[in-house]
Amino acid sequence: MRACQRFQRLKRSRVHNPGLCQPWAEISERLSAFKLEHDRKKRRVSEPAGQTGTIQIAPASAWPRIELRELWHYRELLYFLTWRDLKVHYKQTALGAAWAVIQPLFMMLVFSVFFGRLAGVPSDGIPYPLFTFCALLPWQVFANALGASSNSLVGNQNLITKVYFPRLVVPLAAVLGGLVDFAIAFVILLLMLFVYGIVPGWQIVTLPAFILLAIMTALAVGLWLSALNVQYRDVRYTINFLIQFWLFATPVAYPSSIVPPQWRVLYGLNPMVGVVEGFRWCLLAKRESPSALVLVSALVVSVLLVGGLFYFRRMEQQFADVV
Amino acid sequence: MSEIAIRCENISKQYRLGSQEKYKALRDVIANAMSAPFRRRSAASEDIHIWALDDVSFEIKRGQVVGIIGHNGGGKSTLLKILSRITKPTRGHAAIDGRVGALLEVGTGFHAELTGRENIYLNGAILGMRKAEIDRKFDEIVAFAEVEKFIDTPVKRYSSGMYVRLAFGVAAHLETEVLLVDEILAVGDAQFQRKCFSKINEIGKHGRTILFVSHNMASVRSICEEAIVLDRGRLVAKGEVNEAVDRYLAQAGSDEDEVVETSNFTVTSVQIKSEHSPVIKTFDPVEVKVRFVPKAEVADAGLYVSILTTDLRRLTGLDFKDFATAPPLKAGEVCELGFAVESLPLLPGTYQLEVHLKDMARGLIETVPRAYQFEVAETQVYGGRKLDRWFGTVGLRAQAFNGERNGVKAKVCSN
Repeated sequence: MRACQRFQRLKRSRVHNPGLCQPWAEISERLSAFKLEHDRKKRRVSEPAGQTGTIQIAPASAWPRIELRELWHYRELLYFLTWRDLKVHYKQTALGAAWAVIQPLFMMLVFSVFFGRLAGVPSDGIPYPLFTFCALLPWQVFANALGASSNSLVGNQNLITKVYFPRLVVPLAAVLGGLVDFAIAFVILLLMLFVYGIVPGWQIVTLPAFILLAIMTALAVGLWLSALNVQYRDVRYTINFLIQFWLFATPVAYPSSIVPPQWRVLYGLNPMVGVVEGFRWCLLAKRESPSALVLVSALVVSVLLVGGLFYFRRMEQQFADVV
Repeated sequence: MSEIAIRCENISKQYRLGSQEKYKALRDVIANAMSAPFRRRSAASEDIHIWALDDVSFEIKRGQVVGIIGHNGGGKSTLLKILSRITKPTRGHAAIDGRVGALLEVGTGFHAELTGRENIYLNGAILGMRKAEIDRKFDEIVAFAEVEKFIDTPVKRYSSGMYVRLAFGVAAHLETEVLLVDEILAVGDAQFQRKCFSKINEIGKHGRTILFVSHNMASVRSICEEAIVLDRGRLVAKGEVNEAVDRYLAQAGSDEDEVVETSNFTVTSVQIKSEHSPVIKTFDPVEVKVRFVPKAEVADAGLYVSILTTDLRRLTGLDFKDFATAPPLKAGEVCELGFAVESLPLLPGTYQLEVHLKDMARGLIETVPRAYQFEVAETQVYGGRKLDRWFGTVGLRAQAFNGERNGVKAKVCSN
């Protein structure tokens, strides 16, 4: 049955890519097939998001598939859950979205006074406030996303025990919500760059990659923690502590250049090191490229993420019973 | 697509008591692991396992509306949870042909801070609708819920009636081939319940397969063609709805007794019985019995039993003191007071008994609300068609006449 479906899909995907040097007749035939398929797709838009065909229900398995295709089916739910979290986040607050800016601004202030001024921490020749704010932005994205995703399953247990959908949607939505806060705070960063008269170089085009790396780091760890949190509520208490600890293991208040070179690679095992150094490289121009660090970070994140996905999918099968 | 919409093969679900309700603390797990080498294999036997579903197999044809009935803890909700893929079976397989929609609760994922409009989209997406589909049905949903004026108000300002109407409105417009409905229609007022039932009826007539869990036998009889009876996780009957419901009621009568503690009495059983028991029919002579144990001496005992509809409208009642004086009751002694009713004037439907126990000497009144729920079976009360619950509540013993009084007589029929 499944093999048959796969074959059909294969056939369809061929139809999508008509070869360039085909005879006209075949091209027009393929075009009409493509149109048919397109029409069918358009019609399918109005159907519910669930999978069509026969649904098989079987006992839990030790190595479940990741089912990214099913996740794609539920992309609208992902959108709505993210949107809900954003909507609700600043409801009945006097300052509203200003909170997205206030937190990193105050952190910057505190760091600048205590580390920059009083302790005299070096900042690679960059004005200290800018140096630390540039790191605080990705840090905030990461910290908020990690906190939100770790608590997301427990926070949405009313959904998990009453409706079926791919559970991955829940921590994903929690992670994505943080991006809006980031966008708001990023405007402040641009203003600061302008004030200090620093013009980012071509490197700025790679910025999205580093945001992605921050998000992926949060998701990778969040997948592990959220699934663990369902079973062991201890995780909830660990998260704040973990995030604080992680902040000091990340070059937010200090440059990674104070870490001895022979320890750099080990230091890079913390993926946020790559993210923060990458951010500074993108925006503050004149530093050497942190490619080695970033490579190690990306590798660590990939391993964590794939492991997290499998662990999550495996635990997911009993979420509704345990949560 | 095949003829069979749902096929269950040996579905079993095991729950571990204790850890199922209480989440684990990591500390305990570590402590267990540490002490494990010093224990023999007793850990497994310490956990109590229960089978919420035990080897359940059945097939449901496309387009059938099937009721699932049984006691609390019978496995009804577990079955729906497995079929809706919320939880996995411990053993067994099931296959469902087509898309599945599940309404296990009204308003899942509703957020109090969001407006009615926002919640329609959110809830729709959670139930598995596409945005385009919600757009298309939006007006219909709002009209169904009768909340046009409040659609941009946060639902936390809604009355509970409006909230439920909106929530059911979204759910009712879910268009899947298979629909699983848990007991969600027990909410809302009578008029709204009626609206929901007719909606479900309508859905059923469009060739969609519906599994319907309910405690309300009258609605199961009126909506479903077939029923499945679950008892302690086992499938005990499946078949034509009236036969299945009768079978369920027969087994229900024997162990329905539930002990209720009030501060001065222990009520061990409340019952209503007719000669047809477990089935009660309109105009049956019935006996209402209350068995209880007073916790202190009662000098001047009183008993008041009232009959209510499921939406808590009081229909009538009987007061013991209008008939007789009860003897003084000793503490700890089992007492049984009751009434013999010559003819029960209730039309088919579900009713409840409410019991008030009194000690007039101390001015004490204690109430056991919803002490017993019973059903008057759907029958041809007046000899013609079967009357269902929407006909009303009170049956009249009557004769019809044409012109002269002793002309054509309607037969009074009490089956």
